[in-house]
Amino acid sequence: MNAIWALWLRQIKRYLRSRSRLIGSLGQPLLFLLALGFGFGPIFKKAGGGNYIQFLTPGVVAMGVLFTAIFSGIEIIWDRQFGFLKETLVAPVSRIYIMLGRTLGGATVAVIQGILVLTIATLVGFKWSSPLGIFPALCFMFLIAVLFTALGTGIASILEDMQGFQIIMNFLVMPIFFFSGSLFPLSGLPPFLGVLSAFNPLTYGVEGLRLSLLGGSLLRMGIDILVLFSFSSALLLIGSWLFEKIQI
Amino acid sequence: MDKIIEVQNLSKHFGEFEAVGGISFDVKKGEIFSLLGPNGAGKTTTIKMLTTLIEPSSGLIHIGGINLAENKIAIRKQFGIVFQDSSLDEDLTAQENMFFHAVLYGLNRSKRQTNIETLLKFFGLWERRNDLVKHFSGGMKKRLEIARALSHEPPLLFLDEPTSGLDPQNRSRLWEYLKDLNKKMNMTIFLTTHSMEEVEKVSERIVIIDHGKISAEGTPESIKAGTKSDTLEEAFLALTGRDIREDAPALTDQMRKGRLLWSGGKKK
Repeated sequence: MNAIWALWLRQIKRYLRSRSRLIGSLGQPLLFLLALGFGFGPIFKKAGGGNYIQFLTPGVVAMGVLFTAIFSGIEIIWDRQFGFLKETLVAPVSRIYIMLGRTLGGATVAVIQGILVLTIATLVGFKWSSPLGIFPALCFMFLIAVLFTALGTGIASILEDMQGFQIIMNFLVMPIFFFSGSLFPLSGLPPFLGVLSAFNPLTYGVEGLRLSLLGGSLLRMGIDILVLFSFSSALLLIGSWLFEKIQI
Repeated sequence: MDKIIEVQNLSKHFGEFEAVGGISFDVKKGEIFSLLGPNGAGKTTTIKMLTTLIEPSSGLIHIGGINLAENKIAIRKQFGIVFQDSSLDEDLTAQENMFFHAVLYGLNRSKRQTNIETLLKFFGLWERRNDLVKHFSGGMKKRLEIARALSHEPPLLFLDEPTSGLDPQNRSRLWEYLKDLNKKMNMTIFLTTHSMEEVEKVSERIVIIDHGKISAEGTPESIKAGTKSDTLEEAFLALTGRDIREDAPALTDQMRKGRLLWSGGKKK
């Protein structure tokens, strides 16, 4: 238990100390929010979609959480290169705890990042349907965060260095982001892409966030939580298994 | 004297390649033991198997009477290790690095505080305890690693080329500390190094491995006598040959071939 706490604390300390990372990972969601939000806003409205900032905000919040979470997981590669991973692997602690501590730490960081994006979106004009929406929204951010930190950890367990990382970004993370309904409604997609987005866990995260912040069916929200929870548990298990097998 | 490490028929294969081929040796409690060999001889692979970082292909390892295959966690409590390359978190302070280690090894709060303070003072790092490790010099980092490896009071300390890259001042200081600990706490030291001078000065018993097999075993004196050499360096060359090794495939390459690691399609 103490080990989980120690590794969680380490992630938080590193995050708070690295201002460049804090600002760097805020940049991308903000760019999407401001450039696309105001740029495509009029077109979106003309097409009958309503206020684009309202539509886009849950999407970029999910994006902020997704990117930070994947990066937190991938940090293991740095630890492998700089040697700290060895220190944790020879410690007399079950590797599951190490994996859990890191994942929870990374997920906490990702949620903080999501809250920052949401705050800025509110400042540039996003309107909440109810302040109570923050509670389910936090719950969704946390589920998305755990899910993708665990995914990142699993990937980093078998990746040797940052060379393979670009491939992961281009063929995994970006498609997950684009086909999640964060930037545009999924109803316009051709059937085969529709199927893809139905199997994309982030789709449920974005929908859940949208329902939390804009209001909507509680039943749908329940289903989203269930789907995300199943995905996260599965990825945590797979991630732990891969982490358990690390040999260096 | 009791044995602290017992290795029987230990081997490790990576596909076709045999990194360690059935070696057996013991390390006695309280001795300074050296494992020597040219690059690629299997030293690192052996240390990694002894410290639970990689799985042996076959053979038995007992540390402190515990079977490594049966209880890795109990084994990990028995030793401290100083790796050849740094394993500190450079974005944390010296004290934080010590603190995380102490928590991972299950030390309680008061033990944590006393051990961290004593060791940081002992290694001359107490004044700099709140500085980030990335601002430390090479010698300071090494001292911090050793302090950290000792903080859970292990009966056994692995040192993998501990003095490589250190200047003579740091090197001799370090050995003063280590010999002191070996004497006062009866701590066993398991050393690998390329510095034969160092081995001759500190080590009580030596195993030399080459091509994954043991080629000599004994005290520095007996090994010198056995090869009719004046220095250990000459004995080492007589035993392992004077040829420079083709850069023997490093462990990572072997693991990559064995598909334990994926390098993203990069050619090396």
